[in-house]
Amino acid sequence: MTATTPADVTGEEHPGGEGETLLSVSGLRKHFPVVRGLRRKTVAAVKAVDGLDFSVRAGETLGLVGESGCGKTTTGRLLVRLDEPTAGKIVFQGRDITHTKGAALRRMRRDVQMVFQDPFSSLNPRHTVGSIVGAPYRLQNIKTEVGIKRTVQDLLELVGLNPEHYNRYPHEFSGGQRQRIGIARSLALRPKLIIADEPVSALDVSIQAQIINLMEDLQNELGLTYVVIAHDLSVVRHISDRVAVMYLGKIVELADRTDLYERPMHPYTVALLSAVPLADPDQRGKRKRIQLAGDLPSPLDPPPACPFHTRCWKAQEVCTVEEPPLAELSPGHRVACHFPENAPHANPEDPRQRDPSVPSEDGVVPKELRDAEAHQAASQAPAPPAPAAGQTEPGPPPTR
Amino acid sequence: MALGRRNAAGRRAGGTDSDSLLQDGPRQAPGTDPSRSFLEARDLRIHFPTDDGLVKAVDGLSFTLERGKTLGIVGESGSGKSVTSLGILGLHRKAHAKVSGEIWLGGDELISASDEEVRRLRGKRMAMIFQDPLSALHPYYTIGHQIIEAYRVHNKASKKAARAHAIAMLAKVGIPRPDSRVDDYPHQFSGGMRQRAMIAMALSCDPDLLIADEPTTALDVTVQAQILELIQTLQAEFDSAVIMITHDLGVVAEMADDILVMYAGRAVEYGTIGDIFHRPEHPYTWGLLKSMPRLDRDREERLVPIHGTPPSLINRPSGCAFHPRCAFGERNGDLSRTVVPELAEAAPGHWVACHLDPDERRAIRVEQLRLGS
Repeated sequence: MTATTPADVTGEEHPGGEGETLLSVSGLRKHFPVVRGLRRKTVAAVKAVDGLDFSVRAGETLGLVGESGCGKTTTGRLLVRLDEPTAGKIVFQGRDITHTKGAALRRMRRDVQMVFQDPFSSLNPRHTVGSIVGAPYRLQNIKTEVGIKRTVQDLLELVGLNPEHYNRYPHEFSGGQRQRIGIARSLALRPKLIIADEPVSALDVSIQAQIINLMEDLQNELGLTYVVIAHDLSVVRHISDRVAVMYLGKIVELADRTDLYERPMHPYTVALLSAVPLADPDQRGKRKRIQLAGDLPSPLDPPPACPFHTRCWKAQEVCTVEEPPLAELSPGHRVACHFPENAPHANPEDPRQRDPSVPSEDGVVPKELRDAEAHQAASQAPAPPAPAAGQTEPGPPPTR
Repeated sequence: MALGRRNAAGRRAGGTDSDSLLQDGPRQAPGTDPSRSFLEARDLRIHFPTDDGLVKAVDGLSFTLERGKTLGIVGESGSGKSVTSLGILGLHRKAHAKVSGEIWLGGDELISASDEEVRRLRGKRMAMIFQDPLSALHPYYTIGHQIIEAYRVHNKASKKAARAHAIAMLAKVGIPRPDSRVDDYPHQFSGGMRQRAMIAMALSCDPDLLIADEPTTALDVTVQAQILELIQTLQAEFDSAVIMITHDLGVVAEMADDILVMYAGRAVEYGTIGDIFHRPEHPYTWGLLKSMPRLDRDREERLVPIHGTPPSLINRPSGCAFHPRCAFGERNGDLSRTVVPELAEAAPGHWVACHLDPDERRAIRVEQLRLGS
């Protein structure tokens, strides 16, 4: 093997101490070059992933959320090594797998598998279910004790499909069943880590719950570790132990599930949570919604320093010149923001930090979001400086 | 139908002001209820003959909608939501679809009306916002061109006036620098802006009925919030009736006044938003409410999915189409398996199609499911 270097400790501490670190990522970057002209000169780079540091503990589920274009899917592909990282380091089970190639890469894939978003395009329509789910054994040249067919049938049963459907083709199955096929395939080699990229977003609501429950059962049964990439904040809250929020290729907040949803610190997380429509008509009109002005800036030319400053209602001069580090403001809760919300005692030298009208840190999310005063107070803050690239209009966010 | 024709003739003679049409009593056929709702669908059926059999995409749907109100249509894929909305707009080709029943829009019956007549109403009095703005906008023409075209088809306006109108509409939906963006092509817009442009196009002729088919499904949550608010603001301004088709119960909870829950082409429950969210009666509605993770509640250890898969529309399950997936279908012996339940009024204005005994249903809802108040 090319990459048998011993574990490189990335300085990531493990609050809580449960489970050893299975995967750790430091300074991970992926820039896609933009080429122009006959000479294919690189004129720019799409900074899809721009410096990630996080770790995944064995047995946990890490949720990656963010809007489209924030780099969450690219992150997933980098972790499975479907894309080659531009910079940074990925350490899996103590081995540096950042640039593993050939046989070593194939061996690593026994332990790291992926479930794809679209169950219609991720299964080869010309292959039978048996051949799709059995492919990992053929590719890895693995013989099973009871024969591949029997093993595949056991797998189909494990994910709730009829083992007799071994010879059927993907088009004979519904969307939810196809996603089960995709999960069965990812389980074939008994991996330790599964990267699930939007595993339920293509499915109907009633089917989503079936797949989420299946994934949880499999995790308990087989001791799996998940990285779940999703844009649906309620799904992520249900399935994850810890959640990382991404914005323009960077992690802006990383915390335990309860912490993140009850005490979001980054303004972007607060805005995201306030934008989720709640299935409770009584809440209508009572919630204060933070509306972010404009659209996501282009990752070709992300705003300097804090990437969120062009849309942030708390942004000040410092946000345009100095990038906030992903700092641990309370145990296990890391935020990259100069002026975090709900912050217990960070930056005590900053007078704006302790705004008396900001709700206390033990307020739960819905209550906190209903709180009109919190965001009015925030929007009365001095108007942020004019955005760098004229992306959006400055000023307080419109609330209703 | 004679009625439809007569309305058309009257309209041709009497100008196109939609408000005067609405109040114009004498044009109504004798015996027509003048208190008819602004939009009324009666026993709407849309069937598609295919080689495999007759697909009953919509099978006996009735609802009403007043101006200024929003009807949410909820259901899984294949439940007939989109087919219904295309049916209202008359967008099913007669060669491929059998449409029957009645749809009344402000005194005009749409199903029996001629293609020509429906074409004049479409865009002018009713318009649609589609799910995917990238495929609903023509990539070869500028945004402005497409809005101007829609406007000039229905209004006698010079190109210059139409262009000014298009710019005004783009400004209204919140597109920055509309006078220069009007000459942009769809690919130059972001997803949220495209959806705004499509709303501008749909509203360019000031329609009375706006159908939004999953308008925010392709959008991010922060953009979704912007678009939903935009639709609400414009609805208030134009006093339009809105049909909001979605699978997201959160979106309907934010937007709708009434909700129609569809399953396999039929309405299984129909009531006000309070009825559906606080006093749901149908086991399928219970399933929908229980199966989704909710941010407004404490996290449940485990979700309660609806078992099985959505039914085939060619071989619909006998009796109640939901019975193979229903946890309570056995309680009435064979009834659910053999007899199709009719939509019956469980409480004033709250309709449900279920064989379960009303008292039993209430007991299950409150005690077992802890749903509603």
